[in-house]
Amino acid sequence: MIPLDETVMQALLVAVVAVPLLGALAALLPAPPGLRGRSPEQAVLRHGVTVTGAVLVLSVVLALGFDHDNPGTMQAESDVGWIPALGIRLHFGTDGVSLPLLVLTALLTFLCALYSYAKPPPGPGPRAFVALLLALECGTLATFAVLDLMLFFLAFEMVLIPMYFLIASWGGQGRAAAAWKFILYTLLGSVVMLLGLLLIGLNAGTFDMVRLAEEHGSGLGHTTQLLAALAIGAGLAVKAPMWPLHSWLPDAHTAAPTVGSVLLAGVLLKMGTYGFVRILLPAAPEGVHTFAPYLAAFAAVGIIYGSLACLALVRKGAGGDLKRLIAYSSVGHMGFVLLGIATLTHTGVNGALFANIAHGLITGLLFFLVGALKDRTGTSDLDGLAGATGAALYGRAPRFGGILAFGAVASLGLPGLAGFWGELLALLGAYHPADGLSRPAYLVFMVLGALGTLLTAAYMLLVVRRVCMGDPAGPGPGRPAAEPGVGDLPDVRPHEFAAWTPLVVLTVLAGLWPAALLGLTDPAVQSLLPGVTR
Amino acid sequence: MTAPVTLASESIQRLGAHSTGSAQNLVQSVDWMAIAPPALAAVFALVVLVTDLFVAERRKPLLGWLATGGLALSGLAIIPLVGEDRSTFCLTSGNGACSYVADPFTLTIQLLVLGGAFVTALLSMTAVREEELPAGEFWFLLLASASGAALLPASRDLATLVVALEVVSLPAFALVGLRRGRRLSSESALKFFLSSVTATAVMLLGVSFVYAATGSMHLSAVAKGLPGSDSRLETLAATGVVLTLVGFAFKAGAAPFHFWVPETYVGAPVPVAAYLSVVGKAAGLAGLILVTVRAFPSYADLWGPALAVLAALTMSVGNFAALRQRTEGAHSAVRLLGWSSVGQAGYLLVPIASAGYAGRAEDPSAAIGATLAYALMYAVVNLGAFAVVAAVRGATAAGATAAGASAAGRGEGPGGATGTADDGVTGHRLDDFRGLASTRPLTALAMGFFLLCLAGLPPGVIGLFAKVTVFGAAVEAGLGWLAVVMAVNVVVALVYYLRWTALLFRPAADSRPTGEDGGLPAEPVTAGPGMLQRRLAFPLAATIALTGVLALAASGAPQLLLRFADTALF
Repeated sequence: MIPLDETVMQALLVAVVAVPLLGALAALLPAPPGLRGRSPEQAVLRHGVTVTGAVLVLSVVLALGFDHDNPGTMQAESDVGWIPALGIRLHFGTDGVSLPLLVLTALLTFLCALYSYAKPPPGPGPRAFVALLLALECGTLATFAVLDLMLFFLAFEMVLIPMYFLIASWGGQGRAAAAWKFILYTLLGSVVMLLGLLLIGLNAGTFDMVRLAEEHGSGLGHTTQLLAALAIGAGLAVKAPMWPLHSWLPDAHTAAPTVGSVLLAGVLLKMGTYGFVRILLPAAPEGVHTFAPYLAAFAAVGIIYGSLACLALVRKGAGGDLKRLIAYSSVGHMGFVLLGIATLTHTGVNGALFANIAHGLITGLLFFLVGALKDRTGTSDLDGLAGATGAALYGRAPRFGGILAFGAVASLGLPGLAGFWGELLALLGAYHPADGLSRPAYLVFMVLGALGTLLTAAYMLLVVRRVCMGDPAGPGPGRPAAEPGVGDLPDVRPHEFAAWTPLVVLTVLAGLWPAALLGLTDPAVQSLLPGVTR
Repeated sequence: MTAPVTLASESIQRLGAHSTGSAQNLVQSVDWMAIAPPALAAVFALVVLVTDLFVAERRKPLLGWLATGGLALSGLAIIPLVGEDRSTFCLTSGNGACSYVADPFTLTIQLLVLGGAFVTALLSMTAVREEELPAGEFWFLLLASASGAALLPASRDLATLVVALEVVSLPAFALVGLRRGRRLSSESALKFFLSSVTATAVMLLGVSFVYAATGSMHLSAVAKGLPGSDSRLETLAATGVVLTLVGFAFKAGAAPFHFWVPETYVGAPVPVAAYLSVVGKAAGLAGLILVTVRAFPSYADLWGPALAVLAALTMSVGNFAALRQRTEGAHSAVRLLGWSSVGQAGYLLVPIASAGYAGRAEDPSAAIGATLAYALMYAVVNLGAFAVVAAVRGATAAGATAAGASAAGRGEGPGGATGTADDGVTGHRLDDFRGLASTRPLTALAMGFFLLCLAGLPPGVIGLFAKVTVFGAAVEAGLGWLAVVMAVNVVVALVYYLRWTALLFRPAADSRPTGEDGGLPAEPVTAGPGMLQRRLAFPLAATIALTGVLALAASGAPQLLLRFADTALF
């Protein structure tokens, strides 16, 4: 949209990855004179907002400078040798697949920093918090920007330690166990993934993703591809997460601080599905082709499982936690993404990438909302919130209730909002999977997926029923407010408004104008999946 | 003790010369340049020993600086040898095999052991003063052992190899037992000595078998002679190979010959434990590499799988034992590092096993290079971790004495499970690290970095890529199962490394266990900030800074260390 020099683009992309890292280091140093602010805490939180804001601006400029006529080709590429002994190069670049994810990451992290600035998380000092947040941002952005297998692995691992400490130090109840579960699961997954990456890299003679995609698995034997697809797929599936490897997710989400949940759901899960599209599909096509039906089956089960788990949690008297519920709904939504990928068609993969972004926006918003609700009422327990008749947010905090209902409706995939297109395209892809895949099986998966959307609608509406509706004046057991009634809950505060509006706007925008995103991803997907007609 | 080393190898030469029967070739020219690194260390060992006699008690610290300088000099003596490929003590007839070769492999290991010994020396300054170790003896023994470790990778005949290994070990026994009047110290020294001597005996038996089967001591001649040896001697040769390997596996601390490791580390002064975990281990591994890859390549199908199993066993035993360490146990920090070093030895064995699968035709350099790169990384961060342990212990010990000697007098701290009054403070507990970040932020950051390097997780980039090279060696050799075992081990190891790291950043007041008898006056927290704020002794701070900067630099530019995985070594 704005013509930028190639060198400028390169510098932009490298800066997007490097600035958060430098910011993280700077956050550990004492503030320089003139930037001290009211207190050291305020200064360092402001530092976080500044750096993430700068990264957001950089990534938006990058997106504007991106050649939208050729989203299928790598742009802003820079390629420097780093460790010749292992053949690892600092190879950065972005195309239509990674660009939306880069912007999404920068946006969500910025919103998180903004939110934390107004409402510092309870726990140890904010200095470490900001440093960890920025390190986390660097890791996720690097994951989406690098084009070298080993660098990808490094970036993939880089998010573990910051996230561990975010959960373990600033989390809620059961944080220590949840943090352990998170890091052990994902580390086990990523070490297995490393073995697969090495298998591909050593056998193909290069760790370069672009070259591997060009060769399209031609240099790899069938067994190698099978083993590599299995190992890499397992590692990515833990992160995505795919049923039955998802069990770390609900605990981590429930225990994580609001900001941690938002980033975990909005960005970190995407690293898994992005790896499928970027590495596995092009580099080991034969292996993927063999395992695709299993992946689709697990995805379909995940969709149903996630929805049923949510339905169980939302029941009256089940003692369901709202955060846990949204975490399980993530398992279902990521099931759609995985199903789309497993169809191996352009339609399905495009749908998966779309659903990726949509899930990031919507679930990010929902976790923000639940976090804010928990701050206000002191609980995210559904029964405690709802009392006898319902939490009555419509009556007590109308704007807040409205946004929550909006998030829930977007999440269930209402046409016209972002959640709709991705799941529709994923199901459409399953209706007619790639050649050589069993169509009847995929039809079954499609039906299961469609059933899943119904179940999703059911529990999301129940959530709206129990949280937003109800009698505002009616005293409910366990209702935390001393004198329940209109106005006992503060409505949306300005900083919350600032953090949530972009997500709402983008959700609507992506729902009304999906072509903006699909136009970016489709050419890139076509070059990653050559020889597929649908 | 070290002077006879060169003599020993020379006399071997004479033996060899005699056996060829050419008396006029007895006189050899010695390339002093090539043997400078071990020789300088040996010379300084003697100088220190003699100087000790003439130095007044209050000047004793000078000996430490003399020793450190000597180690630095012998380390610097490596520089002119780079790229030269010198060799000396060669046979003047026959196949012209050399006993001392300074090839890239040798120089890398010499850099590692002399660098490790240098850092150990820095680290020991405080320990020698505070624990009142006999200075002259300590520095002499350290230098002697270091010179043996520097000689070992250069040796290319079995006799020199065995002698060098003994020169590494014998002073080490004394170093472990140097804390006079401490039961734990002498007990662990005895344990170390007995098991080590057994291993040496086994190894010597093996070496003699190999000599009987091939008629030569030189590694290259053995390599040539083994496959062609008399078929009736085949059993003898194979037994010899196995027994020799057992000896070296012991020195490297590989399971099932690892039992001495944690006990010995706990009993030894902390710097000595650091020395054993890095230099001792490197020496054992270098010997193992030399005998497997240089002497017994024809038995690769024997030692390849054996080492693979050994590697899997070693890493699993080490990591699971380290996992079981309780934070409040006495010496749990040192014990944990000891067990974790067993686990790390397992990773180090993986590429050597892979070299066995690479086949005789291929150059084993690539696989061995992975071991070297990993060993260098391990040396830097493990020494750093030990330095922090020494520093923290120093702080707590000082605090204990400052707050009241009664704790030592009663000898029953919260973790005083051993109950030996002679151990004084119940230092080196993992619990002592709780909240280190609030009292000593830089030290805590360094420690966290070292631990994450050992675990192989970013920000410890060098640890991560060192593990990647090891994984790469295993995958390339087709040792998939070993790679998977190692993957599981990496996850297990993460648990205890990360638990320790998390402990550093936890608030100090968080559930501090109070002594069972309640009235312990020297409760570390009440002794409090004052004692922890005490400035670190300069050598300790320098050690932490040096290893920290090295690890950081290597994390930014991993090529610094990983290039060894990519060069021709032999």
